[in-house]
Amino acid sequence: MVQNMSRALVEVQGLGKRFDVSSPWLNRVLAREPKRYLSAVESVDFVIEKGTTFALVGESGSGKSTIAKMLVGLMPPSTGRVVIDGVDLMQADALEQNQLRRRIQMIFQDPYASLNPRWRIDEIIGEPVLAFEPEISRRDRSRRVAELLEQVGLSATDAHRYPHEFSGGQRQRIGIARALASKPELIVCDEPTSALDVSVQAQVLNLMRDLQTELGLTYLFITHDLSVVRYMADAIGVLYLGSLVESAPASSLFDTPQHPYTRMLLEAAPRLDGFGRQHQPPAGEIPDPINRPSGCFYHPRCPFVTPKCAQEQPLQRSMGQAQVACHEVERLPVYHPGQVIEPSVSN
Amino acid sequence: MNNIQNDTAKPLAWYQRAWQSDVCWSFRHTPIAMLSALVFLILVSMAIFAPWVAPHQPFDPSTLNLMDGFSPPMESAIGSGNVYWLGADDQGRDIFSTILYGMRLSLFIGVAAVFLAASLGVTLGLIAGYAGGWVDTIIMRIADIQLTFPSILVALLIFGVARGLTPPELRDQMAVWVLIFSIGLSDWVQFARTVRSSTMVEANKDYVQAARLIGRPRHVILRKHLLPNVMGPVLVIATISLALAIIAEATLSFLGVGAPPTKPSLGTLIRTGQDYLFSGEWWIILFPAMTLLLLALSVNLLGDWLRDVLNPKLR
Amino acid sequence: MNSDSSDLLLDVNNLRVEIAQRQGTLTPVDDVSFKINAGEIVGVVGESGAGKSITGAAIIGLLERPAGIAGGTVSLLGQRIDNLPLKELRKIRGSQIGTIFQDPLTSLNPLQRIGDQLAETALAHLPVSRSEARDLALAALEDVGIPGAAQRLNAYPHEFSGGMRQRVVIALALIAEPSLVIADEPTTALDVSVQAQILTLLKDLCLKRGMGVMLITHDMGVIAETTDRVVVLYAGRVAEVGPTASVMRAPLHPYTAGLMGATPSATRRQGERLQQIPGSMPSLRNATVGCAFAARCQHVMPQCIDVRPPLIEHESHEVACYLHDPTVAPDGARHQLISSHGNSDGVGQ
Repeated sequence: MVQNMSRALVEVQGLGKRFDVSSPWLNRVLAREPKRYLSAVESVDFVIEKGTTFALVGESGSGKSTIAKMLVGLMPPSTGRVVIDGVDLMQADALEQNQLRRRIQMIFQDPYASLNPRWRIDEIIGEPVLAFEPEISRRDRSRRVAELLEQVGLSATDAHRYPHEFSGGQRQRIGIARALASKPELIVCDEPTSALDVSVQAQVLNLMRDLQTELGLTYLFITHDLSVVRYMADAIGVLYLGSLVESAPASSLFDTPQHPYTRMLLEAAPRLDGFGRQHQPPAGEIPDPINRPSGCFYHPRCPFVTPKCAQEQPLQRSMGQAQVACHEVERLPVYHPGQVIEPSVSN
Repeated sequence: MNNIQNDTAKPLAWYQRAWQSDVCWSFRHTPIAMLSALVFLILVSMAIFAPWVAPHQPFDPSTLNLMDGFSPPMESAIGSGNVYWLGADDQGRDIFSTILYGMRLSLFIGVAAVFLAASLGVTLGLIAGYAGGWVDTIIMRIADIQLTFPSILVALLIFGVARGLTPPELRDQMAVWVLIFSIGLSDWVQFARTVRSSTMVEANKDYVQAARLIGRPRHVILRKHLLPNVMGPVLVIATISLALAIIAEATLSFLGVGAPPTKPSLGTLIRTGQDYLFSGEWWIILFPAMTLLLLALSVNLLGDWLRDVLNPKLR
Repeated sequence: MNSDSSDLLLDVNNLRVEIAQRQGTLTPVDDVSFKINAGEIVGVVGESGAGKSITGAAIIGLLERPAGIAGGTVSLLGQRIDNLPLKELRKIRGSQIGTIFQDPLTSLNPLQRIGDQLAETALAHLPVSRSEARDLALAALEDVGIPGAAQRLNAYPHEFSGGMRQRVVIALALIAEPSLVIADEPTTALDVSVQAQILTLLKDLCLKRGMGVMLITHDMGVIAETTDRVVVLYAGRVAEVGPTASVMRAPLHPYTAGLMGATPSATRRQGERLQQIPGSMPSLRNATVGCAFAARCQHVMPQCIDVRPPLIEHESHEVACYLHDPTVAPDGARHQLISSHGNSDGVGQ
């Protein structure tokens, strides 16, 4: 693998998060209920190379946002480690943590909730500068803010306006400028464009790619939308109910998806050229994460299910360039994208 | 739709923006709000400028003429021949002037008590909402317990304890402060509850996460990020609380545990006035009572209007 | 598809919706015209603020003050329904027009059992007895593929998952056998796999029963896979109307072309740059005199700014753009829009 050649910026090992979802103590005692836990994330491993984009793809309940929060240090993991550039995030002392914080930033999903409505733009973008470089003078800070605003395609004169004066796309640019303010190396993007319109999404995605080339940024890109991933990612991890079912380089994942769930996701996504496409929609729905199925979590919906799938949880195995958690992966039929049936010319 | 700012137009001056803001527009189109604001403003300015507005100085014994006692409104008094517009009380004090001074005291106690209640409630609400866990549980249980008693009872209790703790010779001097303290303490719960729930909503928003991400200290997040965003409803509650605090003060004073007769508030005036109601000197109680009514009503109506404009969901 | 005028189901003609505000009147829907034939799925696509949901609400008479229809007509099966009194409109809403919204909980009563809600709707709009209504409710639940339908009749809405709830809403919308279904972003809140299920279901049911469907969405992929014809809205106006495949493959309006170029999709090569439309949709408060897209358009001509382009027929489309107006467009301006749009990388604001 290429892994040995370039430097890994992020290493995630056996990452897991359990939430206590039991009822309050008194209710539990009265109703004689046991404690209940939700495993939002379970033994997730991945590596992000410096300067690349790793995408985590998953539907609701896949634990993708929980992983993002653990990676940026907003939430402590229950198990496993997050190693950033050789430093364990949880074991770092206060000084190291502060330095790591500066190198990891985040872009949020909702451009309406991610900017403090009572703050001016220069205060919002200047806050990370103030936090990490308090020695910088006010004038230098506002110069930095002006540079950042122009870097994300806004104007320096916008600094004195308030968030409500901007459109969703412009706010997302402001959010990006704030993330860049501390000169980070890794930016965790949690569904950064899912609240935006298509034409604005294209602007923001292009901007993020340009910034990556320009500043050598590393992205962890979290989304439910495979088509956005195809555009952004170098490598992809597919999550289902808190576990990675497949991780692979982007090209290999789209051309030869291995895990049945990945195949299903690719098939189910509406296609721009899928005029009148007739395809068998996938079976079933995502189970409740509190009561996950036994064995392979996907087995109740899987068309290739065997008895073993219901009993044993599959481990990650190499399959071509991909890491796949599936018992049957060697025996699955070769993937070919669903047939596109042209609309019959009847008129 | 999402960009309200008119990009081509010149930016408006702050007073133009204020004039065209939703709050101001609604004010200009709500006669009740305008009327109550007018009444309130007149009352407040009369109270503030009482020393200049009042025709007499009712608390300077040297200017009083006991012969003027019980002088009816708009008649020239027996003693000095003065005409007291709203009559005079038993000691010959001009009712109009005592009302002005009484209102001044009532308003001062009300505003200070609300200020105390708001600061206490907002602080505790912010802490409870942001910290969660047992801190939240303790603060909110205390609030729940306090809510099970009528707030006037709580105020009476605190008043009694506080008065017991002050040396007797200072009691009259301290009475006003003890009043503020007891009314303020009895009224923080509403602030705390509202602020707590809006803090819990705001704290989950991404801008707070962004501040936590860069390691901003907790007190900065609370003060700079959360506080400005939870203050909207506080203004509404404060207005409505002001009316309640003025009435609470009047009630306490009426019960004789409030402002001393030497430094009467509206409530003290009503209490002294009721002694003469059945002997025919109706003006001694009627005018202070009417003033209290007007004051509380105008503040209340203003508060209702403000609530409807700023946060219709509070209704 | 048949498109004889005899099959004409819904005819929206110059529909105009206004919202009276103290700063002035906003026009979120401005002169919108389109038709839906029986058995046809028509997509209405546009970005937020394009007026697509308000158009849907105006058709079923769900506009609330201060918004209201200020002009134009809406006819269902030849009968005008835009000026009907509320009472008659309500009758039509259940029996002839079914509605499906993004959030299933807005259409379901949380305190009533699913079976009762379905049966009541059937009773209100069909000449059936109580027990027949009950049977219809069961059949409706089975039709939308809810497992164990007979037991689920007694369940409350909150006992269903998001996807199942949307199925119940579809059952509710279709139980009175309406001739037209208006679906406003029916799958936006759902996961991809469930979205595919719901869209397939909707398509199958409507085809089987010969209903017309107005599918409101922002997702070009959903439009491609589900609809026969598409209406592209921009800033409350119709930009382009035509057969879906033709509109998406060879868009005539620069906005449609830009929208296609901006959509990331499986057909694009990995890492290929997205085309972007500079700027954003004009705010309703700054209504434009000419073409609403002029400020973002590469092919803008002087008349675009001064006079609003009319909707003209061109090939199989209707398009509101001077590029395709033989009386206006210079020769050679009508080349492929997609390729010429590719170079537009100006970062807009």
